[in-house]
Amino acid sequence: MKIGYFPGCSLHGLSREYEESLKAIVAGLDTELVEVDDWSCCGASSAHGASHLLAVTLPARNLAIAEEQGLPEVLAPCAACYARLASARHEIEGDAKLADHVNRILVRDFKNTVKVRSILEVLKGQVATIKAKATNPLKDLKVACYYGCLLVRPVEVTGGYDDPEDPSSMEDICKAAGAVPVKWNRRLDCCGGGMSMSRTGSVVRLSAAILKDAKAAGADAVVVACPMCHSNLDFRQKAMQQRGAWEGDMPVLFLTQVVGLSMGIDPKTLGMGRHFVSTDSVMARTAGTGTGSGTAVAGEVG
Amino acid sequence: MGSHEHSRNHSGPEPLAARVQRMTGLNPACCYQCGKCSAGCPMAAETTLRPHDVMRLVARDRLDKLADADGLWLCLTCETCTSRCPNGCDPARTMDALREIFATGKDGKAPKAISAFHKSFLAQVRAHGRLFEMGLIMSYKLGGGSMFADVTTTPSVLARGKLGLAPHNVKGLEEVRRIFAECAAAEEDER
Repeated sequence: MKIGYFPGCSLHGLSREYEESLKAIVAGLDTELVEVDDWSCCGASSAHGASHLLAVTLPARNLAIAEEQGLPEVLAPCAACYARLASARHEIEGDAKLADHVNRILVRDFKNTVKVRSILEVLKGQVATIKAKATNPLKDLKVACYYGCLLVRPVEVTGGYDDPEDPSSMEDICKAAGAVPVKWNRRLDCCGGGMSMSRTGSVVRLSAAILKDAKAAGADAVVVACPMCHSNLDFRQKAMQQRGAWEGDMPVLFLTQVVGLSMGIDPKTLGMGRHFVSTDSVMARTAGTGTGSGTAVAGEVG
Repeated sequence: MGSHEHSRNHSGPEPLAARVQRMTGLNPACCYQCGKCSAGCPMAAETTLRPHDVMRLVARDRLDKLADADGLWLCLTCETCTSRCPNGCDPARTMDALREIFATGKDGKAPKAISAFHKSFLAQVRAHGRLFEMGLIMSYKLGGGSMFADVTTTPSVLARGKLGLAPHNVKGLEEVRRIFAECAAAEEDER
């Protein structure tokens, strides 16, 4: 299967292990990623509060380029990019005047034909293959599947590939990888999103509540599919500890890393060493070798 | 659906509810104050105005009350309110429209750090076509964000190879800059 690929800024920066692990698993899933040429930022959390037109036109440039490349669909692994791209597509579809305005700004003949896919949507369609390729199933690894906000809502934007209040795609994917999803309450709660720097206190409050709930449910690790969720739940654990909001260390894995580990891919290739909270405990519970985890640079967390 | 191009009568200041309806395509009076949005709002504990308060104030044209509150700026756009509204209102989109209204001229009560972050973010995208994270951190600190934010943690981010040291400029930078310029011009026309 060939699918368009919109990495987004985070996958080339703070969350590069998300891209590393995605690229490592797609070969095994008979999927080829065709990157959107010269893609630009989707506008993320900042554009839509400043200008609605900007928040639609920035993603539209990328959709227009994908369309020119002949790509019928584009995978946006970052939940925020996915939301902005899918939302732009949705708004342009329902508003001919807006569509015309966007086209005049872009100076492109954009017909809005490109479907936007989330990582959950794409991997959900490959559950049978993931199961078949799980030579190193994550036996007994209890995972708390964390969806956060933008992967499944609002349903008008996502097209309803999963239930916005009781989703199951991430659990299904993790089960195919051999892991055991726990039942817990906060899998759809917000982690604090883009306020990591500008309002760290809110992120600490919201993210600590999520980690505590995952721990109480018996999870060995939290699984995410969003760079911001990952940063808030992994990187910000130190701030949570310093502010007395959270004790302990909860490994936070990208969904693509979970699939990659089950395929027996080298943890280093999957970028397991780039996390702030060590993933050694996860590796110890899997049949694979525990290398490449965060211990190498743990001393520098400060 | 909302569009920025509907013409309007300039004979007097447009009431807030009408303006928001023009921007979002939804009538703010559709909110019947059940409070389901606020029950699920992750920031309800921190904000002075909860989503259903905002909907009511918009419907009653209370621009003054909305300008005095931090609630709009604390919204995380998690879309919980919009997803759960039993009457098809869209509080998240309404918050965006209000932020857009207040972002012009006076910032309402936008907390300095939040406003500095968004401005720095968009400046990076305009400059490079993509976000340059290191540039964002520097520009955020200089633009009103906390100078000491993440001073102790940044080295550990670098050690993990997570921060690029040089920006990547997209080839279509001219197009990206045109998008910014034309969107700003369209917002200007709107006012």
